[in-house]
Amino acid sequence: MTDTYTSLVNGGLTGSLAKKLGLPRPSVLRRHTPGAPLVTGPVLVLGGAVGTGDDADAVARTLLGWDLDVRRTAADDTARWGAVVVVLTEATHPDDLSDPVRELGSVLRSLAPGARVVTVSRPALATDAPALAAVRQGVDGILRSVAKELRGGATGNGVVLAGDVTVDATSVHGALRFLLSARSAFVDGQLLTVSSDAGSAPADWERPLAGRVAVVTGAARGIGAAIATTLARDGARVVVVDVPAAGEQLAKVANAVKSTALQLDITTPDAGTRIIDHAVRRHGGLDIVVHNAGITRDKLLANMKPEVWDSVIAVNIASQLRINEQLLASDAFRDAPRIVSLASTSGIAGNRGQSNYAASKAGVVGMVRATGPLLAEVGGTANAVAPGFIETDMTSRIPFATREVARRLNSLQQGGQPVDVAETVAFFASPAAGGINGTTLRVCGQNLVGA
Amino acid sequence: MPQTAPAHPTTPLPQDAYILGGNRIPFARAGGKYASASNQDMLTAALDGLVARFGLQGERIGEVVAGSVLKHSRDFNLVRECVLGSALSPQTPAYDLQQACATGLEAVIGVSNKIRLGQIESAIAGGTDTISDAPIAVSEGLRHALLNASRAKTVGARLKAFAALRPADVAPATPSTDEPRTGLSMGEHQAITTARWRITREAQDQVAYDSHHNLAAAYEAGFFDDLVTPFKGLTRDQNLRADTSLERLGTLKPVFGKSLETPATMTAGNSTPLTDGASAVLLGSREWAQAHDLPVLARVVDGETAAVDYVHGHEGLLMAPVHAVPRLLGRNGLTLDDIDFFEIHEAFASTVLTTLAAWEDDDYCRTELGLDGALGSVDRARLNVHGSSLAAGHPFAATGGRIVATTAKLVAAKAAETGRTARALVSVCAAGGLGVAAIIESADTEGSTK
Repeated sequence: MTDTYTSLVNGGLTGSLAKKLGLPRPSVLRRHTPGAPLVTGPVLVLGGAVGTGDDADAVARTLLGWDLDVRRTAADDTARWGAVVVVLTEATHPDDLSDPVRELGSVLRSLAPGARVVTVSRPALATDAPALAAVRQGVDGILRSVAKELRGGATGNGVVLAGDVTVDATSVHGALRFLLSARSAFVDGQLLTVSSDAGSAPADWERPLAGRVAVVTGAARGIGAAIATTLARDGARVVVVDVPAAGEQLAKVANAVKSTALQLDITTPDAGTRIIDHAVRRHGGLDIVVHNAGITRDKLLANMKPEVWDSVIAVNIASQLRINEQLLASDAFRDAPRIVSLASTSGIAGNRGQSNYAASKAGVVGMVRATGPLLAEVGGTANAVAPGFIETDMTSRIPFATREVARRLNSLQQGGQPVDVAETVAFFASPAAGGINGTTLRVCGQNLVGA
Repeated sequence: MPQTAPAHPTTPLPQDAYILGGNRIPFARAGGKYASASNQDMLTAALDGLVARFGLQGERIGEVVAGSVLKHSRDFNLVRECVLGSALSPQTPAYDLQQACATGLEAVIGVSNKIRLGQIESAIAGGTDTISDAPIAVSEGLRHALLNASRAKTVGARLKAFAALRPADVAPATPSTDEPRTGLSMGEHQAITTARWRITREAQDQVAYDSHHNLAAAYEAGFFDDLVTPFKGLTRDQNLRADTSLERLGTLKPVFGKSLETPATMTAGNSTPLTDGASAVLLGSREWAQAHDLPVLARVVDGETAAVDYVHGHEGLLMAPVHAVPRLLGRNGLTLDDIDFFEIHEAFASTVLTTLAAWEDDDYCRTELGLDGALGSVDRARLNVHGSSLAAGHPFAATGGRIVATTAKLVAAKAAETGRTARALVSVCAAGGLGVAAIIESADTEGSTK
């Protein structure tokens, strides 16, 4: 879908005009192209004491291992920083924030376009000392505020290390890499929790899903088609699934990603078994299931007919629960399996006229939280992605004024693309995300609603 | 006695040919959803749906054989052009085949034989036809004038060529499916046969009713989820009337046989409508299927083509399958009782009924088929169990592919359910007094030897 406004304010003459008028100027976001560098400039690692071997040093070493230009001080005032990583895991009192955060402030005006600010911290717990809990929770406030101050397509996100997880855990590396990269273009103002050491680094970071078999439901168009394309780009064999009536588009997607189309209504009782059979017989296994299929049937609750409510629940959440039961019972789904489910910011913030949809999408958030632990013993995970305003056929049908407001109401002042959702799905599906389990990550450009 | 080959060839063929699956687009009524689609559009869509279902992108298939009955002269290499426009490897060879309504089934038999001989390991057989995008030619008079003018060397000679034109020559020549040697339409031919075998209106309407209800039930059960890929917004066969009733069928006025002495019985309801559509069937050797992780549904056992003399003789135009089937069964040592599913193409409801009546007639089977007596009765519960052309429609060359893919899935499911081999008999009648029949058996379970 075209966002004419964003094109105009980035154009020559119209761009200057927009600047003079002080209009909001959404940037063209940096998006992943195979072979492109991870970040667009040197990376500044802040926090801790340099050379003491603390967490900040460990993070700097990791980044050096990825052949990045890593600095530990902001002294170089000519640098256009590609990223700033602020390591705050060892702060014990809010006073400890002062130095690293003010140093972050000193470089915010010299960030490269599409730069990244990433915090690394630990969660505040009820069992923590009050000062410790205060500083840890404080990171949340810093990150969310800084993200709102960033311009030029830059984003701010955080990695949160739960329990005994160290900064050298595989999924901390995986999360850092994802948040620094162009793959997280529309992820902004979010904190991503790593809860275990599980996971493994891929042999090739460009093709992290090589050798894996994935199933994507609702893959005939929009976000589902983008997910199929992205998983295939990352090396997976992708079975694309959609209702028989969508078969024509589905066949085009299957032929584009060189895989197989399975025409199947996911609400049929044995849908999970049929998906497993197809994947095993035709591709030799099943590793990744992406529950993307979903419908909207918007009505104010006062006007909602039972069948309207029921159809949304049946497609958006009940079918996923039933398919997951069949996956969990299957011997074919035991090699570090991944379930990635599509939630929605409507399920987090609520939306007028969408009580049925919000129930199903909030249900997804709850479902992955409880399903993740069931998969953990075989190295598996279940996570959800909650898209905000994404430019699709569905959102193009929103009336113009409502659509314009909706797509500007986030820190990046634009709607996301289907591929932005797909990149996050691909990250959750990847081996390096094995330590991230039961979470929901928003892909919403830090939407002001329900943040 | 009809000529038959020995029951068991003395030299065994190198391998068996298996049906692995199929794909078709929903069939549309002429002038309906596919009014703007060409044969090439439709067959390419059917191929691409097949490629998507079986993951054959970039695959070099041994041979693609298909055809169409109503064909533009520019489509001289129709199937090869469709292959080039599809997701298959451009190194996949193809040729056009045409045997009227039997095109699709003949293509299946032809490629099966190549696979059995080991000449190819994989194949796609199918067909396409459009009434909506039929070729319209110029009249013979105009054609001769144009050809003469193109050969003329002077302006005068050119003018002379056109001077031979008469006003009637300017009218276009619309395609006709009438029999060239009799000038009768297929419906009028069948009306004669229907009257001869005293097939009642009620019996014909019942066949039509069953066809619609059986096809609708199969769609509802999801049977076609892996056989049909929607096209141009059409998700099911446009001709299908799930709610049709015997009462409603009974109200239709007869359209064929109105000039006969007997009451006319054939209506638009118990005759197939003009239809647009395309189908494709994937076949291969067992080794090829296994190497590509593809399912093996059914084995193409044998096929037989017959032709009858409807011009000078007394046999009905669409009776050739009646002759083909006993030869085919005899050669394979089978009787009608050995068949689990009968797929008899419903060109007209009465075609099916005259076929069944003929096989039950002692005298006819002795004198016309050279048998010792009646061939036998077809168990109606085994006949066209998921509907046939009366409900689905009949895009001439596409019908064989529709029937074969459906049949392969039927026998595979039956064998999986019962644990024993299931067998089907397919027959398709065709213009020109032609008819093709084939035997299709469920494939042996993997690992066992054939």
